[in-house]
Amino acid sequence: MTRPAQTLAEKLCARAAGQESVEAGKIVTVSVDLAMIHDSGGPRRVAPMLQELGVSVWDPDRIVLVSDHYVPAVDSGTAEILNFTRKWARENGVTAFHDMQGICHVVLPERGHLKPGLFVVGGDSHSTTGGAFGAFMIGIGATEMAGVLATGEIWIKVPPTVRLEWRGALGPGVVAKDMMLAMCAALGMDVGNYKAIEFGGSAVDALDMEARMTLSNMAAELGGKVGLVAPDENTIEWLSAHGVAVESDWLRWRSDDDSLLEARHVFDADVLMPQVAAPHSPANADDVLSFRGTMFHQAYIGACTGAKLTDLHMAAEVLRGRTISNDVRLLVAPASTRTTAAAAADGTLAILTEAGAIMMPSGCGACAGYGAGVLAEGEVCLSSTARNFKGRMGHPTSQVYLASPYTVAASAVAGKIADPREFLLEIAA
Amino acid sequence: MSDARAWCFGDDVDTDILAPGLYMKGGIESLAAHCLETLDPDFAADLQPGDIIVAGCNFGMGSSREQAVMALNHLNVGAVVAESFARIFFRNAINLALPVVTCAEARSIAPGDRLCLDPARGVLENRTQHRVLACEPIPAHLLVMIADGGLLPHLKKKLKARVA
Ligand code: SF4
Repeated sequence: MTRPAQTLAEKLCARAAGQESVEAGKIVTVSVDLAMIHDSGGPRRVAPMLQELGVSVWDPDRIVLVSDHYVPAVDSGTAEILNFTRKWARENGVTAFHDMQGICHVVLPERGHLKPGLFVVGGDSHSTTGGAFGAFMIGIGATEMAGVLATGEIWIKVPPTVRLEWRGALGPGVVAKDMMLAMCAALGMDVGNYKAIEFGGSAVDALDMEARMTLSNMAAELGGKVGLVAPDENTIEWLSAHGVAVESDWLRWRSDDDSLLEARHVFDADVLMPQVAAPHSPANADDVLSFRGTMFHQAYIGACTGAKLTDLHMAAEVLRGRTISNDVRLLVAPASTRTTAAAAADGTLAILTEAGAIMMPSGCGACAGYGAGVLAEGEVCLSSTARNFKGRMGHPTSQVYLASPYTVAASAVAGKIADPREFLLEIAA
Repeated sequence: MSDARAWCFGDDVDTDILAPGLYMKGGIESLAAHCLETLDPDFAADLQPGDIIVAGCNFGMGSSREQAVMALNHLNVGAVVAESFARIFFRNAINLALPVVTCAEARSIAPGDRLCLDPARGVLENRTQHRVLACEPIPAHLLVMIADGGLLPHLKKKLKARVA
């Protein structure tokens, strides 16, 4: 019998379950190749549970630990959390411990932990980011993680696949973040609930790896279990530049042509405009033109979603030779220490600081209200992050608009929400 | 299960509303005190043990933070009945033995309605409206876990069985 046609998600689940093939809807127990935990949901939560179970971690070499949420400590409470995290890494022999080196979803691929075919769990909802590299990476909660750390296994229901396809090509000043916000508005926040999202089409093929990470990252905003992009030459090249050797049969990690999709939604990249999402949902997105002139207090370029090197490059492209309006402040928190180093080496940081940007440590920072840069009562922020839920960035009455780094930077110069294309055209002219 | 009061919320109730990031570094007590406050400032203070949260689609969307469930457990919420749940929240809830029940007719419930829920059988009685609402039965392998008291006690049992 020949093997039935399978989606990428089914193939990845089948491999992890040790089976020839699995069908969407089936419940299987899979072996986990890698488990990622961070300072907030990791050691401080799982340690007492493992103790209660009376077991130690199943395999310290398959655990990656990242301190990113509470870095650097802002008070003795957060300092304790970080210290506990360090102590736990030592005591459990976890050597892949990236302490204050950047945000987990960016650090993971950057330090060579991901590649196509892996089954990975992460103690964080944006773990979907790993899908950009062809890994089946899902977010789970702390108790679930304790179960994985104890046994190396997890049960999953093999998800059906929703394919989100972008035809055509993006125009200048329009980027992956805009694609995501447009999809949130068009499809709602639960189109991917219990499902695998697979991104494809010519406009996705044309994206660099960091832009694909933005898509996979915000698959979480569509409710997706995973946000997959089938690996291609770009993926393999990027991975090898980051010291990862990929098996020669990597081409098998794609959906078979006649595999069964639950749904396919097609979008046209040619006509996409920069997007802005109004408070308090990414699904409140619309063309930037409908938000032009909206006032805000803080511009924020940060998070795993919007502060990778290419995100900083976008900001620099707009900010070169310009200064930020006196009416607003611009905070920039590069996604990782390597991002900062690369941005320092290529002159990007100098452009940002000369324009008046305030540089922040690499970490989650203000994104989820854990670190520095949170908002006061009634304040408004325009942010390159993924989520603008009520109260997420600070005071319950504060408001967050979401946009691409291009749009955030352009608006910081204008002192109100602006169309970045006007700024890019000026440069071109 | 005895009569419980319904607290009604809309669609897309997110984890920042259930467990605000601002209070995440503190204990569960302070976090629970701010649970749902952006939608209803009196929720935590006025909730009676066993009360049921009723919501629309995609309840618990957003973060994987388990504190969203822990806050509800800490406040002694009896169950959450919603049209649909975000997947990580659903798993977290089962893992921590908070009954989460999917009910297509959740919207018919009004704030303050008296409810009687049997999560194992998937039957929800609205005693105020004199209606019985059908709910999705919880898959068998998860019922076992809830019966054990959540994932940890369940694993403990399993690990013990392996050793024996
Ligand atoms: S940067 Fe924000 S979205 Fe990313 S992991 Fe940190 S808190 Fe989550």
